[in-house]
Amino acid sequence: MSEIKRINLPLTDEVVRSLKAGDNVLLSGELYTGRDAAHKRLIEAIDANQALPLPIEHQTIYYVGPAPAKPGEVIGSAGPTTSYRMDDLTLPLLERGLKGMIGKGERAEKVIEGMKKYGAVYFAAIGGAGALIASTIIKKEVIAYEDLGAEAIHRLVVKDFPAIVVIDSEGNNLYRTEREKYKGE
Amino acid sequence: MRTIDVGDVIEIVAEMVKEINYHLPEDVYHRLEAMGPLESSLTGKHILRELLKNADLASQKEVPICQDTGMVVAFVEVGQEVKLEGGLLTDAINAGVRKGYEEGFLRKSVVGNPLERVNTKDNTPAIIYYDLVEGDQIKIELGAKGFGSENMSRSKMLKPSDGRAGVIDFVKETVSLAGPNPCPPIVVGVGIGGTLDKAAQIAKKALLRPIGQHHSEASVILLEEELLEGINKLGIGPQGLGGNTTALWVNVEMYPTHIAGLPVVVNINCHASRHAKRVI
Ligand code: SF4
Repeated sequence: MSEIKRINLPLTDEVVRSLKAGDNVLLSGELYTGRDAAHKRLIEAIDANQALPLPIEHQTIYYVGPAPAKPGEVIGSAGPTTSYRMDDLTLPLLERGLKGMIGKGERAEKVIEGMKKYGAVYFAAIGGAGALIASTIIKKEVIAYEDLGAEAIHRLVVKDFPAIVVIDSEGNNLYRTEREKYKGE
Repeated sequence: MRTIDVGDVIEIVAEMVKEINYHLPEDVYHRLEAMGPLESSLTGKHILRELLKNADLASQKEVPICQDTGMVVAFVEVGQEVKLEGGLLTDAINAGVRKGYEEGFLRKSVVGNPLERVNTKDNTPAIIYYDLVEGDQIKIELGAKGFGSENMSRSKMLKPSDGRAGVIDFVKETVSLAGPNPCPPIVVGVGIGGTLDKAAQIAKKALLRPIGQHHSEASVILLEEELLEGINKLGIGPQGLGGNTTALWVNVEMYPTHIAGLPVVVNINCHASRHAKRVI
């Protein structure tokens, strides 16, 4: 395991280029939540030539639908959801400058191609570590689509949010390279 | 006859759904602890440790281990000498789910009409299977099933001649295709035999059997062991980032089937394998 890199959000182009598949990172700064239903609405807005409710450029989207917050807590458990369901809805966001995505699991080839073309990275957070991840989220506010409840777009402020770079901006993919190494062991 | 008030069932189910979501069952916790030192990937080791840390934190703060607090699946055995009072048992189980998910700040993840997809806002209905048995007790065994792993499950109607080897290939293929998506390390439930639906039901039931507790028949135990070993050689590892801890455990259930068929269902559960049993 590589040494841990501390990364500030939003991501600059330079930071995106410096991140390599296999890097362990702690993310700090702001990011946006969005999963199935929110992505669908973002794409509908793009198709209808409407303005997006969040600043997409240089931003990071976290695929998550948190559990309700207990009184006194910022957010409920908030681990990643499986990313492939967003694959068909991702390219238009990359085109508009999205630089980071956090989720779990494989991405479609077209997403990886888009990441290479526009320069973006895909991080994995530990699926099922919802309580641990929630403890790194220090602020949460609804930005759009409030009617979607847990699926609404929220702006989060995080401090030392743990993640692993799984696919970098050159298309190196840890899911493919690592699995081969341990096969048949 | 023994009279049981279904009102008791509401309270018990509400407690159960909160408990399994906050406190990772001991069998899973111990297995994660035991497998950590055997994992050969450093990233994998790190992930297994983080999962234990997550479980400790969730338990201590009484918050869900995972935000996908699942859809409730219950296997209920009702003794034939039980007389139920106070309403329908199914309504009581659903009322317990409603109460537990609301009180416990658990995420409501169930939509009504699967095509219209409107959230029912109380995580009901649960999936409930009933069995009539001897005696004067009610046994409730339930799990909160996450869908990252449920979505990676598969079924196949094998040919009888495919046999044991065909079953093993299909299970390994299913886990291999699932890769990182079901949040490995996973627990695998395999249902063999019956009909299409029966195989799925017993595969789900297999997931509720605690880790460390094998099937009662020697030949099935051998199959469970061979499957676990084979799966852990696929290289997927914790979170799909490489390693030899892809599955924590494999449980197989069987049922008699037709001369012309060999149905197999592989139901995948994640490490957030939340299950509990209560007898009333
Ligand atoms: S697959 Fe399991 S651990 Fe992963 S997000 Fe779903 S419920 Fe949580």
